[in-house]
Amino acid sequence: MSTRPAIRSLAYWTYQYRRTWRATLASGFLMPVLYLTAMGLGLGSLVNRHAAPTRLGGVSYLVFLAPGLMAAAAMQSATMESTWPVMGGIKWTKTYHAMLATPLRVSDVLYGHVCWMALKVSLVSTIFLGVMAAFGAPRSPEVVLAVPVAVLTGLAYATPFAGFVATRQSDQPIIAIYRFLIIPMFLFSGTFFPVSQLPAAIRPLAYVTPLWHGVSLCRALSLGDATPAAALGHVAYLVALTVIGLAIARRTFASRLAA
Amino acid sequence: MSVDGDPPLIQARGLTKRFGGFVAVDGIDFDVHRGEAFGFLGPNGAGKTSTMRMIACMSPVSAGTLRVMGLDPATAGPRIRARLGLVPQDDTLDLELTVRDNLLVYGRYFDLPRKLIRQRTDQLLEFAQLTERANDKVDPLSGGLRRRLTIARSLISEPDLLLLDEPTTGLDPQARHLVWERLYRLKQQGVTLVLTTHYMDEAEQLCDRLVIMDKGRIAAEGSPRQLIDHHCTREVLELRFGPDDDHSALADKLDGVGSRVEVLPDRLLLYTANADAALAEATTRGLSPESWLVRRGTLEDVFLRLTGRSLAD
Ligand SMILES: Nc1ncnc2c1ncn2[C@@H]1O[C@H](COP(=O)(O)OP(=O)(O)OP(=O)(O)O)[C@@H](O)[C@H]1O
Ligand SMILES: [Mg+2]
Repeated sequence: MSTRPAIRSLAYWTYQYRRTWRATLASGFLMPVLYLTAMGLGLGSLVNRHAAPTRLGGVSYLVFLAPGLMAAAAMQSATMESTWPVMGGIKWTKTYHAMLATPLRVSDVLYGHVCWMALKVSLVSTIFLGVMAAFGAPRSPEVVLAVPVAVLTGLAYATPFAGFVATRQSDQPIIAIYRFLIIPMFLFSGTFFPVSQLPAAIRPLAYVTPLWHGVSLCRALSLGDATPAAALGHVAYLVALTVIGLAIARRTFASRLAA
Repeated sequence: MSVDGDPPLIQARGLTKRFGGFVAVDGIDFDVHRGEAFGFLGPNGAGKTSTMRMIACMSPVSAGTLRVMGLDPATAGPRIRARLGLVPQDDTLDLELTVRDNLLVYGRYFDLPRKLIRQRTDQLLEFAQLTERANDKVDPLSGGLRRRLTIARSLISEPDLLLLDEPTTGLDPQARHLVWERLYRLKQQGVTLVLTTHYMDEAEQLCDRLVIMDKGRIAAEGSPRQLIDHHCTREVLELRFGPDDDHSALADKLDGVGSRVEVLPDRLLLYTANADAALAEATTRGLSPESWLVRRGTLEDVFLRLTGRSLAD
């Protein structure tokens, strides 16, 4: 029985994770605990007292916020895994080059790394789900489906970012990604307040972000009011972005690594 | 060296590599036979690494044909690489992993069973004299240790063909000699070696045959001995004069002595079959050098003659 080449390249990432798993697991727990405590409970106590209940769909701020944060955490984790490590594979540790001197092909190197990104985001999202449950945030057992949705949200970011990073010479553009894409999306894609609160003119901007689709679906699953049509729409959008990102990354990886 | 009818392990015809409009390898022809040690010598930017990467099926051929183990790199890359070991010019080790884990991870890329990898890892660490460092991280290791680890790693799949891009650049003499000795051992075991180097002594020590590359082309080909015989003389007489002496004028006086005179800023080089006789003749013609040196013609003389003395880039 031979192991598929992409799985062999994935094995590297899982192997090197053995070095850092303690630290990342700890922060995987700590971040949701801190956010849900400070914003869900702390800020939430003010929001619950002052906001009209219908604004948040009639639920407490914690219940509203938690599934949105889960999608946002997936976005951040996926971005982290698809930017610096990709640059590292090309330029710093040169892991990709080491792999390409073996029977692995460029597509194996890419797919193996993307599989790792998906695994890592599943891990982060599963931990998030556990913390969220401990806070009593989910209203429906359907919330377990929010984990795959969060992973898909992460991939909708990871594949285009990986494809983009492979065209760059330095990590300056990665810093720009965080500043000009990730932070604004984190704040304005419906995680902390409904997009309906934004001025009508800029609302469409929020609707095109993958995060808004991830937040909306994760929230609907957690509240138990997801409709098949809406769910399908969100999933289709995220899948489309992931696939397009993968197609771009295949080309940029090939022209960078097999020049 | 090669049995008649035994197809070459590597065959290149009109092999070309272009990066955009820039031609890095300009239509070169060569054969490498099974079991031999073949070298690429050339100044910086000559196209050695570009050639090696094409042989390793890591870089597509722009024009011409290339066959490695009878296969076409364009279509059989993974199959070729399964039987090939590569020591790249720049190390690609994982600095955060231990010496042993670097080998284990690399062996997995070849889909070797874990047990076999562990077995070979122990042997290879022994072979590269790294056993004592097996559980150390790579990060603090010296350049020489890292290079030996890279060589050990390239052998994890027991390749038939080993490509070494400047295997000993930056190593101290002890480490270089160890690497040479290990490479010689591999050659005796039947591994075909293809290497690039800037060191003439390395080429003379290791290579049965070599090509001298310059600006993407092959300037000469042969065994080290053949190259010296063809492009140089048996002996070289080096004459040093005072700083105020006119070297060109002195060179004119030596017209006809030996087969060639080369004028350098600090000395004259007289290429001749018999340096002692040439020195006597020079003295007869009234030259009085401050010092002189009689030495054998070397590969370095050939190299400098063919690729020039000016810097490549
Ligand atoms: N990916 C690339 N894109 C553009 N130009 C390249 C690329 N790789 C190599 N070159 C150019 O091709 C030429 C040959 O480079 P190559 O690395 O093959 O030389 P080399 O003989 O290995 O030199 P050195 O002794 O310095 O290692 C150089 O001028 C180099 O700048
Ligand atoms: Mg080179």
